[in-house]
Amino acid sequence: MTRWLPRVYLGLVYLLLYVPIGVLVVFSFNDSRSGYTWGGLSLRWYQSLFNNNAMVEAMWNSLWLALSAATVSTIIGALTALALHRYRFRGKKVLNGMLFVVMMSPEIVLAISLLALFLLVGIQLGYVSLLLAHVTFCLPFVVITVMARLSGFDESLPEAARDLGASDFTMTRTVLIPVIMPALLAGWLLGFTLSLDDVVVSTFVSGPSYEILPLRIYSMVRVGLKPEVNALGTLLLVFSLVMLMLSQWILTRSKR
Amino acid sequence: MGIESDLFCSGLVRRFGNNAAVDHVSLDVPAGTFFSILGPSGCGKTTLLRLLAGFDRPDEGDIHIRGARMNDVPPNRRPVNMVFQHLALFPTMSVGDNIGYGLKRQKVPASDRRTRIARVLEQVGLPGMENRNPGELSGGQRQRVALARCLVLEPTLLLLDEPLGALDLKLREQMKIELKHLQKAFGTTFVYITHDQSEAMVMSDQVAVMNDGRFEQVAPPEELYREPATPFVAGFVGDNNRLAGKLESVRDGLADLRLDDGSLIRGRLGQAAPNIGERADLYIRPESLVLGGDALKPEYSSLRASVTTTLFDGANSRLEADSAGQTLYARLPQDGSAPRLREGASVQLAWDPMLARVFAPGVA
Repeated sequence: MTRWLPRVYLGLVYLLLYVPIGVLVVFSFNDSRSGYTWGGLSLRWYQSLFNNNAMVEAMWNSLWLALSAATVSTIIGALTALALHRYRFRGKKVLNGMLFVVMMSPEIVLAISLLALFLLVGIQLGYVSLLLAHVTFCLPFVVITVMARLSGFDESLPEAARDLGASDFTMTRTVLIPVIMPALLAGWLLGFTLSLDDVVVSTFVSGPSYEILPLRIYSMVRVGLKPEVNALGTLLLVFSLVMLMLSQWILTRSKR
Repeated sequence: MGIESDLFCSGLVRRFGNNAAVDHVSLDVPAGTFFSILGPSGCGKTTLLRLLAGFDRPDEGDIHIRGARMNDVPPNRRPVNMVFQHLALFPTMSVGDNIGYGLKRQKVPASDRRTRIARVLEQVGLPGMENRNPGELSGGQRQRVALARCLVLEPTLLLLDEPLGALDLKLREQMKIELKHLQKAFGTTFVYITHDQSEAMVMSDQVAVMNDGRFEQVAPPEELYREPATPFVAGFVGDNNRLAGKLESVRDGLADLRLDDGSLIRGRLGQAAPNIGERADLYIRPESLVLGGDALKPEYSSLRASVTTTLFDGANSRLEADSAGQTLYARLPQDGSAPRLREGASVQLAWDPMLARVFAPGVA
């Protein structure tokens, strides 16, 4: 009795976590207009999803935004982490602390201040404003991930590479980047997912010219839950699973 | 500058603020030499090594390697390789890739690389280990990989920054001997820095004792031990007793020293000699002290002391004694020749004055 009690408990926890996702996946193949009755297997919601041009466009927009935001913040974040790790300069502590401020401050505050800034500077609300905003909230996560990796970095490795005949560029390519690669990858993925499903900040800084998926879904749901959303959710789920497996594969390969 | 010399430095100075970490150091290392720089931590030996490797630039002076001036040559262009204190093996690469790293930078073709990696691994006693990960190796094996990574490039000069420091005692003893053998086998000139006098003594052909940014003495290990040129060398290399007194007279290179309790002792006058009537220190090694009795030769100098304690340590057993407030150590032979000593007993400690050295009090 006491032996399988923990297992039942664990089972219930997992059920709670995964049943909604399972329901979403199952109902995405449901051949019924209503979201609550089963009408047999069908791919019609996938079809109608791909026929919904506005939806497909929002999906591409979101993907493109997440890709670029993650990439830009990984590059800037990695360089920032290197600078914070390697050099001593005035205001280093302040800069370090400000990263956490951005990370901890309520999203709504960030959203309002970014909107105010964009209006003040005169940046049109659209792709550029979204990118700037997303890079802003992704950046601290990348910096902290890369810094954690660098804290265990042996300072004599770059010198050893130089000593063995490598130029600075070759050293960076062959020694520094491979060592911090797992952190770069983790930071990029974190940024990608944060950007892909952000609603609050995006609501404030997006314009009519560039609609992104989370906002599109949000507006659809307000009108009424359409089974198309289930199909979309399933696609996103598959996509993130593939990404996860890809990152795991790269990580285990680089560790070897 | 000798034609044979692999490394020649003149008047090297490196300052950090007002403090000269390396203060007018000159050295000349002939090809094939195992040259050690021995000094306490903070004496500037690491700074000196970094100047030689090219990670830092001297404020004054020149570095020549096989006749070519190296001051403005970056580390990746110098015919010099370095074994780092913590080895700095690349964690993302296999043993073979670590060793092949330098060859790859020299654009050596892959097949050639493979043969040279295999050969050097065999030479350091790790045949067939190419595909292992550095993390799977033992401390001693990693040491050899770090060495092989440098030696495969056949550098003119190999710099070693206390690479044995991280090993446990037993392995360190073993690696000391092995390093010396490898150096002889490869014939490469080694410049080895350490604070461990035993490492320097066992392995080196020449040892430079460094203190406060300067070389105190450069000599073969035996000469350092027997003929210390300065009070610092006398105190730093090997165990030594120091007796402080006042110089009374000098005759035939032998100095008479009046201790504060009035007794007179004798030793050979060293290079940094004090003037008559000034304070002076006499250095005498524990193994040169004999316990007095009947067998004393007439020329011996001696001192009365009282036994504080005896320290048994096998062949390194010692007697601790006190003479008018100055502590003395003497070797206690464990072959039955030493008398049994009780604490507080009075003993006579005697020595051949030719084995003692008298210096003006050192700064150290």
